[in-house]
Amino acid sequence: MMLELAGVHAHYGAIHALHGVDLSVQVGEVVTLIGANGAGKSTLMMSIFGQPRASGGRIVFDGEDITRLATHDIARRGIALVPEGRRIFQRMTVLENLQMGAVLGEEANFAVDLKRMYALFPILEERSQQRAGTLSGGEQQMLAIARALMCRPQLLLLDEPSLGLAPLYIKKIFQIVRELNREHGMTILLVEQNAHHALRVAHRGYVLQHGQIVLAGTGRELLENPEVHAAYLEGGHAARAT
Amino acid sequence: MNTLVIARQPTSPAERLRDAAATALIALLLGIPMIGLTTVDQGGVLRVASRWPALLAFVAACFAGRLLLRYASDLLRARRLARETAAEATTGARPAAGGALLTGIGWAALAVALLLPIVFSDNRYVVDTATTVLIYVMLGWGLNVVVGLAGLLDLGYVAFYAVGAYTYGLLSTQLGWGFWQALPVAGAMAAAFGIILGWPTLRLRGDYLAIVTLGFGEIIRVILVNWTEMSGGPNGITSIPRPSFFGLPFKPPGDAPTFASFFGLDYSPNQRLIFLYYLILGLALLTNLFVSRMRRLPAGRAWEAMREDEIACKAMGINARNVKLSAFAIGAMLGGFAGVFFAARQGFISPESFTFNESAIILAIVVLGGMGSQLGVVLASLVLVLLPELGRDFAEYRMLLFGAAMILIMIWKPGGILAHREPTLRHRRPGDGR
Repeated sequence: MMLELAGVHAHYGAIHALHGVDLSVQVGEVVTLIGANGAGKSTLMMSIFGQPRASGGRIVFDGEDITRLATHDIARRGIALVPEGRRIFQRMTVLENLQMGAVLGEEANFAVDLKRMYALFPILEERSQQRAGTLSGGEQQMLAIARALMCRPQLLLLDEPSLGLAPLYIKKIFQIVRELNREHGMTILLVEQNAHHALRVAHRGYVLQHGQIVLAGTGRELLENPEVHAAYLEGGHAARAT
Repeated sequence: MNTLVIARQPTSPAERLRDAAATALIALLLGIPMIGLTTVDQGGVLRVASRWPALLAFVAACFAGRLLLRYASDLLRARRLARETAAEATTGARPAAGGALLTGIGWAALAVALLLPIVFSDNRYVVDTATTVLIYVMLGWGLNVVVGLAGLLDLGYVAFYAVGAYTYGLLSTQLGWGFWQALPVAGAMAAAFGIILGWPTLRLRGDYLAIVTLGFGEIIRVILVNWTEMSGGPNGITSIPRPSFFGLPFKPPGDAPTFASFFGLDYSPNQRLIFLYYLILGLALLTNLFVSRMRRLPAGRAWEAMREDEIACKAMGINARNVKLSAFAIGAMLGGFAGVFFAARQGFISPESFTFNESAIILAIVVLGGMGSQLGVVLASLVLVLLPELGRDFAEYRMLLFGAAMILIMIWKPGGILAHREPTLRHRRPGDGR
């Protein structure tokens, strides 16, 4: 078991955002968490990182309880985050962004990892000296993913990577998720509103509603579940054509 | 995008002529009753007289003026457009060009700084003012670490300047320490105060942080005013020893060897001024070197990343607390060094030198210069120190001029005089090693 959440609660001030969430991610899996706006998806993701800290329950990563660890210590255990809204370092160059992603890594690995990222995202090599804030949304998302991968994480958390992107980039992002998992064996926890794409790429999925897991199953099961279909996949038909 | 560009394209000469002709026609129609015809009093009888040449001149002036106006506005628009396209095209190879120019300017400025006291060796006023500029350059570079790089708005920076100055003042007058002995101690002292300020404010950002730092600056000043036994209160500390040239004092010839007698020179009070100038120049250059090296290290780059996005930094495993504290401590240390120099140069310090006004000026230097830009700080210091000096002729309108200049700079260059940011990492070919 790579990551396990047991009865996790979280609060934003007085707002009780998560009501006892149980969730697990096995080594080598892509697990997706879908849900409507405000269901608590991003809160769940961030509370794994201690932002906000879980107010109840336990978060175990690789056999270690990380519930009370500081955010940077959690990252140092080998979890990387591609945050919602990308949060790249706008005024720094693409190369500097990637370097920041590698602060934890071995100095000696930097050149190799950089080459790997450039192979995965050729556009980043082209733009390496450009200010990250001048990239297009899709390119910024690629940069955010590459930056997260620079520290050679064991587990990658992706928070709404398709948000606000053009359809072509959405497709590309999910291709990359698949490739990272299938070819590089990366374990991924993916939070998405784009349920159709997310469930197709995931081994397993969870549906979050009002801060609680209401459904869980394999990606295929959830895709075929009539409730999921009605709630999250209507309007996903257009996407299916891709 | 395309339609936008077409719409903004300058008008053709024919269009401009047509436009000017239309203006001339309107001028003619308006001008006939207003200029062309006039009444003249002729022996008690009002008669209408004509002034056709004047009307002609008026219409011609309108025609030419309109033509010129359109031409000028088109020119401005074309230039703005060219600048925008250039900014859009800033990809891959481009940033290096701006950087090279700035590096050139930087070296030229250094050459001027080195030669200045030689050229103006008997002009006290110039050397003295240049020394003041350099103090502000150094303070600006120090505050730049905190505000420009780490993005922590500090309105009480003068506190560290004061800590450095008083540490040297006390160490030298009470314990007889020399300038060079006291310098590192005062720097460490200021850094410690930086951490004292940084620790409780770790969770604060933006305006909230600004308020706390503002208060901190005032606390230090109020302590200096009121703790009379320690600081001498409002009277300050007097007769602080001046720095010596490796043990050789700058004094009129006496029993002990002095700087002038040792080098076989005639004594001149300007020698000390010039020495002080080179001293602050050296300190400032060391500061610059130190800060630009720091920027290229992961620890320093983390300052900038922290400014950009704190949460992303933490998620990358960066300890936000250490990064912020190091920025506060290093910024404070540099301010402390400048304070030591200030005390040594003035020979007298009092709380009056360390008011909020000073903090505001240092912050203005950083902001006007362009946050994070080292060369920008130099230019802004020049402007902010020289402007009030040059404006002495304007007497009480001096500060008005000063304020207006600051506003104009911010309108003209909202990102500061030099908003260009030099990348800290260049692309290396794979296999270069790292």
